[in-house]
Amino acid sequence: MAPTIEAVGLRKRFGKTVALDGLDLVAEPGQVLAVLGPNGAGKTTFVRTVATLLRPDGGALRVAGHDVRREAGAVRRVIGLAGQYAAVEPAMTGRENLYLVARLFGQDAGAARASSARVLELLGLSEAADRLARTYSGGMRRKLDLGASLVGAPRLLLLDEPTTGLDPRSRIELWDAIGGLVAAGTDVLLTTQYLDEADHLASRIVIIDHGRVVAAGTPSELKQRAGRSVIEVHTRDRADLALAAAGLAALDHDRPQVEEATRRVRVAVAAGSDRLRDALGALDAAGVAVDDISLRQPTLDEVFLALTGQALDDTDAAGHPAA
Amino acid sequence: MATVPASVPRSAGLAASTLGIARRGLLKFARTPQLVVVGTIQSALFLLIFRYVFGGAIATGGLDYVDFLVPGFITTGVLFAGMGAAAGVAEDLQQGFVDRLRSLPIPRSSVLAGRSLADTALLVWSLAVTAAVGFAVGFRLHGGPADALAAFGLLLVFGFAFEWMFITLGLVAGTPQAAQGLALMVFPLTFVSSAYVPVESMPGWMQAVAEHQPITVMVDAVRVLTQGPAAEAMLGHGASWYVTRSLLWSAAILAVFVPLAVARYRRG
Repeated sequence: MAPTIEAVGLRKRFGKTVALDGLDLVAEPGQVLAVLGPNGAGKTTFVRTVATLLRPDGGALRVAGHDVRREAGAVRRVIGLAGQYAAVEPAMTGRENLYLVARLFGQDAGAARASSARVLELLGLSEAADRLARTYSGGMRRKLDLGASLVGAPRLLLLDEPTTGLDPRSRIELWDAIGGLVAAGTDVLLTTQYLDEADHLASRIVIIDHGRVVAAGTPSELKQRAGRSVIEVHTRDRADLALAAAGLAALDHDRPQVEEATRRVRVAVAAGSDRLRDALGALDAAGVAVDDISLRQPTLDEVFLALTGQALDDTDAAGHPAA
Repeated sequence: MATVPASVPRSAGLAASTLGIARRGLLKFARTPQLVVVGTIQSALFLLIFRYVFGGAIATGGLDYVDFLVPGFITTGVLFAGMGAAAGVAEDLQQGFVDRLRSLPIPRSSVLAGRSLADTALLVWSLAVTAAVGFAVGFRLHGGPADALAAFGLLLVFGFAFEWMFITLGLVAGTPQAAQGLALMVFPLTFVSSAYVPVESMPGWMQAVAEHQPITVMVDAVRVLTQGPAAEAMLGHGASWYVTRSLLWSAAILAVFVPLAVARYRRG
């Protein structure tokens, strides 16, 4: 079976901005692939290229074996797209929205009714199905948008930052819905700025920056390389920072990072809560007075730093369009 | 999981997808009362103002001012109704609705065709409203009913042609606000025409513009069709002269803006 997505040296520029700079990526059937990266890394440009909304300037891109430039029609038959913006018609009900898309996929009236009802059920929207979408909450709209990408029963689902801007509860509900689809065998390409989202949903993560792949692997491979969790210590006295760093250095093989200005030391650790106990012990033994200590997931910046040795260039990321 | 039987073809034809998209446009209008109510009130108010505030000061030769005005008012009303398409198209682009449609296995032309079809159908409503208000303030037909029907059909053709101009503006504008701003540029065009005042009352250089621009030809076609001999005497030509020219103008507008809109839409 042809790879779900196969990109070789993919290039796209908008004026002077290079959005994709020789991107290489392969997604095998049966995979949920997360493309992770900061704003302006090229995530959305990549998804829009896969969705045949943008034509690449150079390189090759095949979706389910079809060339996106020459066989765009065939590509559109195997994909379903759900975007950053909930692209549903507010003046139609949830059911009408899904029915419209199902009809546009060529289903006859009966099949379109049946698949709309199935998708509404699947996403837990059956009760709200006959209300106008403009009365929906943000999370419900996003679910309906996801539903619209599903009624055509696509082989590959494209989700561009599916939970950006959602409250935590809606986020988890949407994750559950996506998880259900994946379990039923839909391939997914997902972009996100959130490491936990990629971790939760994906079987493979590709990290991109400046339009190129900077790291790729399973979530556990990447986390092993990036440090599974981060212990962050806020010392009471600035003078104790070096002592704290020395104490934490003994915990794991990662070198602690000291931030003088905020009196913080942080270190990536491989395992969970027992490391926090070890850290407290080490700090106690060193006689460091601690204001605050926490164990948390690494941020995208920290993963970047660990994997690439480079901090995220914020000014540059902000200067790019959200492409 | 929603699985579709393998026998179902996985795409819709041009007619089916155009109609599906047109239906959405009609539902959106019908379910947004603000659009219906505000549009109707606005056009009624302006008609009253022109009829009773300016009307007394405008000399229109052989026609009553109300009979002179209402054809102009109805014709420009078609343009004002079409203006909403520019903002609507820009909004669909900005909010990702167009992306969804473009990612579907449907003929790409069906998206714009559906839009123009729905908006032209809505024109029937707005024409009916302005005509009703026109009759209420004293407008009367002085031609035959067949001519009046022809005028109605002609107005739909103008509306369809201008619709494509507004779609193009919406596609190039970037934001709904900018699209609205661009669309408002038709305002001066409607004033420098025979819609509200006789062209002869304007200075010579402006007459040259007003005389030859499409709105004047279209307004005069509607005038002659609804007012018969009195309008022909005042304007100087018969119905077929104006109808032919306004159809030619409509064809020219379509010939320019349909390819522009389609090209812009394809480019993404």
